[in-house]
Amino acid sequence: MITAERKPLEEILAYIKPFKRILLLGCNECVTVCAAGGRKEVGVLASGLQMSRLKDGSSIDIREHTLERQCDPEYVEELVPMIDSADAVLSMACGCGVQQLAMRFRDKPVFPAVNTKFMGGSDRHGVWTERCQGCGDCLLGLTGGICPIAKCAKHLMNGPCGGSAGGVCEIGDDVDCAWHLIWERLKALGLTDQYMEIMPAKDWRPAGGGGPRKIIREDLAE
Amino acid sequence: MKTESKLEKVLAAGHLAVTSECGPPRGASAETVIEKAKYLDGVVDAVNITDNQTAMVRMSSFAGSVLVRQQGMNPLLQMVTRDRNRLAMQADILGAYALGINTMLCLSGDHTRFGDHPMAANVHDIDSIQLIQMVKKMRDEAKFQGGADIKGVVPKMFIGAAANPFADPFELRVMRLAKKIAAGADFIQTQCIFNIDKFEKWMEGVRGMGLHKKCYILAGITPMKSVGAARYMKNRVPGMDVPQELVDRMGSVDKEKQPEEGIDICLETIERLKQVEGVAGFHIMAIDWEEKVAEIVKRANLYPRPQA
Ligand code: SF4
Ligand code: SF4
Repeated sequence: MITAERKPLEEILAYIKPFKRILLLGCNECVTVCAAGGRKEVGVLASGLQMSRLKDGSSIDIREHTLERQCDPEYVEELVPMIDSADAVLSMACGCGVQQLAMRFRDKPVFPAVNTKFMGGSDRHGVWTERCQGCGDCLLGLTGGICPIAKCAKHLMNGPCGGSAGGVCEIGDDVDCAWHLIWERLKALGLTDQYMEIMPAKDWRPAGGGGPRKIIREDLAE
Repeated sequence: MKTESKLEKVLAAGHLAVTSECGPPRGASAETVIEKAKYLDGVVDAVNITDNQTAMVRMSSFAGSVLVRQQGMNPLLQMVTRDRNRLAMQADILGAYALGINTMLCLSGDHTRFGDHPMAANVHDIDSIQLIQMVKKMRDEAKFQGGADIKGVVPKMFIGAAANPFADPFELRVMRLAKKIAAGADFIQTQCIFNIDKFEKWMEGVRGMGLHKKCYILAGITPMKSVGAARYMKNRVPGMDVPQELVDRMGSVDKEKQPEEGIDICLETIERLKQVEGVAGFHIMAIDWEEKVAEIVKRANLYPRPQA
């Protein structure tokens, strides 16, 4: 999933300072799962904003709404009846959702209320870690199912650097060495010979080096 | 002979090679480079010029290498994949060769986290093994990494790589060396060796795979200046293995005597490593202590250097 964290209240307040009527939008997908921008977080942010504005002596009218999927035009259409009564939109979805709104409602200011972080998964309750950088040419089949691009601090594709110590990456205590994990997996799978194959220099075009990426499925595209 | 490299000639003739390093300054002074390098003149076969060592901005390895070359010495151009993409690196390889540099070391580099620009992007377009492959392809196939032909003069680099026998997972460290050799490494400079037992164990594995016959292994040596330096390397430098007994030994003598003790340890290490089959020479990293290298080389009976 795509992970996110809420922006500091001050930053959000600064964005919406000139506006009175705010449409505050959550999303039911990833940001709900990582507790950054679902229905519950929308409620919490709304009261935070209201209290701050009250203290400043300026009133604010916040309409709360949470879409099934903010990155999907079909669900964004739901907003048509409410958009005119808002001066600005504040989105708690990831960057994809925010942009979907900006493209659909061209004359309406749209602001992000979260920082979109990374594609990751949950390690344990309340902890998410990065897993994938969307390189467009997945290598997991060669690396025991552990990503050397997203999980190695140097994107190394051919084994651990000289800083790997006791399973921990040279950058610090809290980060596992990806190559240590890969090696343990290859051992467990009886695939240690695979390590000796040199992975050639990567083509970064599918990873974004070729410019903004696009998928066109002829069988589905209208 | 694959190249014109003096280091290759010395090694191919069967001599124990000696290299050392010179870290360029954090400023634009050519004199500083020349002054440091002068300590090594005639004492070593090649001088490593580090590339933004520990992720701190310094004068470029390329410029440092040219300055050393202009003194009639043999620079060993270090290149990390952290700071530049494959276009920039290939451009530098062509430029370096055009200016008389024929020996280089391919590294991934310390993470930017450790340096003075932790906010900088880590490039890592390619990794150190892919860099070795790229330099070899330029030399042996006269082709750029992207596949196009190199026009005119082909850069013939003697290709070095690093190995750290003390990093984890230990069982992977020999295989990692094998992979670097398969990619095209001609010689290896190891991490500083303090834990000799562990190094010998690694070398056993190296010989077990016959790797010492496919590539020259230069053992990394660092003289410790003080007990503080020993402790710092033990606790703070990623990938270093300094046994407690060495720290204790450094601490057991008076402060003024510690530099001498450090040199003694270093000489004892060299003597012991000379007995290890497969060690083809020494890479002496006397960090900010270049003036001691001549003494070490002489006392270790590695002087005079062969006139290859
Ligand atoms: S190899 Fe590429 S696609 Fe596969 S997990 Fe890693 S970044 Fe994602
Ligand atoms: S320690 Fe491991 S994860 Fe960290 S940079 Fe080195 S190889 Fe990558």
